Amino acid sequence: MTTVERIPAEKMKIEGLTGDAAIAHALKQADVDVLAAYPITPQTIIVEDFEKFYANGEVKTKVIPVESEHSAMSACVGASATGARVATATASAGLALMWEILYCAASMRMPIVLTVANRALSAPINIHNDWSDSYGARDSGFIQLYCQNSQEAYDTTLMAFKLAEDHRVLLPVMVCIDGFILSHNVERVEMLPDDAVKKFLGVREPVQPLDPKNPITMGPLALTDYYFEFKEQQDRAIHAAPEVFKEVEEAFKKMTGRSYGMVEDYKTEDAEIIILTHSTPAGTAKVVADTLREQGEKVGVLRLKMFRPFPVKEVVEKVKHAKAVIVFEKCLSFGATCNPLALELRAALYNLDERPMVTDFVIGLGGRDVPPTTIVEGYNKTKEYLAKGEAPLYETLGVRK
Amino acid sequence: MALDFAKGITEFRWHGRGGQGVVTSNQMLGKAALAEGRYIQAFPEFGPERTGAPVRAFLRISKDPIQIYAQVYHPDIVVCIDPTLLDVVNPTEGLKEDGVLVLNTTMSPQEVRDKFDFRTGKVVTVDASKIAMDILGRPFYNMPTMAAAVKATGIVKLETVIQTVLDRYPGKIGELNKAAMERASEEAQVG
Repeated sequence: MTTVERIPAEKMKIEGLTGDAAIAHALKQADVDVLAAYPITPQTIIVEDFEKFYANGEVKTKVIPVESEHSAMSACVGASATGARVATATASAGLALMWEILYCAASMRMPIVLTVANRALSAPINIHNDWSDSYGARDSGFIQLYCQNSQEAYDTTLMAFKLAEDHRVLLPVMVCIDGFILSHNVERVEMLPDDAVKKFLGVREPVQPLDPKNPITMGPLALTDYYFEFKEQQDRAIHAAPEVFKEVEEAFKKMTGRSYGMVEDYKTEDAEIIILTHSTPAGTAKVVADTLREQGEKVGVLRLKMFRPFPVKEVVEKVKHAKAVIVFEKCLSFGATCNPLALELRAALYNLDERPMVTDFVIGLGGRDVPPTTIVEGYNKTKEYLAKGEAPLYETLGVRK
Repeated sequence: MALDFAKGITEFRWHGRGGQGVVTSNQMLGKAALAEGRYIQAFPEFGPERTGAPVRAFLRISKDPIQIYAQVYHPDIVVCIDPTLLDVVNPTEGLKEDGVLVLNTTMSPQEVRDKFDFRTGKVVTVDASKIAMDILGRPFYNMPTMAAAVKATGIVKLETVIQTVLDRYPGKIGELNKAAMERASEEAQVG
């Protein structure tokens, strides 16, 4: 790992940035070699801002304005194969159109950083936030990191390159923020000086780059003979991510004083009921926990940052003593036992002899606002279910029924 | 008693129409607060841009990091930059009892109180449309209305927000907005 040192406060630059703009600044400082993207709301500002940096001569990146997201990810894979540092951005239908190539990027072990402003999927057309897009891609082999605020979006985008490009990992990373709620929200962001980022990230060292002078073939065909072995190795690679993520965060913390963890523990230690969620609802949940604690309620929040790989041990350790865990998630998995986040949690808890009750509330689909009162409603319902001793597998909150 | 989820946070709600700069002035005020060392959230009511349609924007200012992510339902301050909206939306909806209502209007504060039956808090009026036409020659009344809000609330120094606007619009546009803001600050009536 690179040796880094604490950057003094006077060298930091403070600006009011939207979540998208914060990501654009991080991509700029990461000195990305190739950025191929197709515009889609609410990600658009990321690429717009980056194109401005390019037009102003602030980056030397090769910016490829492709004709679709399928092409965007294809171009990223090609560029990454040559050993370049590569990034792109998308959302919703754009991510859906990338689908086929997401799997190629992951299984060809291309350390691409894909920033996602989470947005609902059609139909009906909706430009607002939920997590259906990236949750749908949860089996693609990408590492998935979710951010609560603009500062974290900036920090995580920088760290994502170091995580992705580490030879123990070599996998693409999705950095997700809530569309509009964060992507278009101006917040205080503290930015590192360029040279500090440069030192932190270094230059990507490819293991086996495409090189005309030394031709190789990548990802062509493996049938019954070797396909399974590729998948076995890919599975091993993603499980190496937590260890490397910890090291990356440790180094980042030395520089900035900030780190997040695969899960953020907020007042769970003595909590009887723990809320599990991520992204912006996790912030609101913390405010609700503070407010309910003033009323004598023993409640805490576990904010998930890393959804893939799912940090089973860390989550189980934090919630196993609680009476109940309340999941709030912005995705419906039609026809499933429950929804993606609760499915993970319930499976993770299964081997315990005594398990907390798990309630699963689907909230905020298509950008429906999630005010603190929605979180309180889920909390009160869970208390009722605890008293009764049983809870439904999942339910929706904040919707006309 | 309703639970307070915004302790230590000053919350604004802005009303305007798409294209009038309500999102920009909301951000300018936020960035001014940021320049004075506070934490902020400045965000529009999200939707595709529709010129002329009623739009809202929200601002939170606090000395501590802000964790809540939801629309503002009980603002401390409501600012409406478009006088024609006052017959379309009720700007006092959800406004705290001791809240501040800031309007671009030719009405007096008393007339506003009567119109909306708002008897508590503070009402601030300014004819920002006239100021904008006099100084900018175009109906850019977002910045002068913001200046009246700054005067009424003291949330930031007027110089800070003027500097933020000058940074965003260097040159003539910035200077004209500065003049409009200074005049609005002088002419705003509080009642």
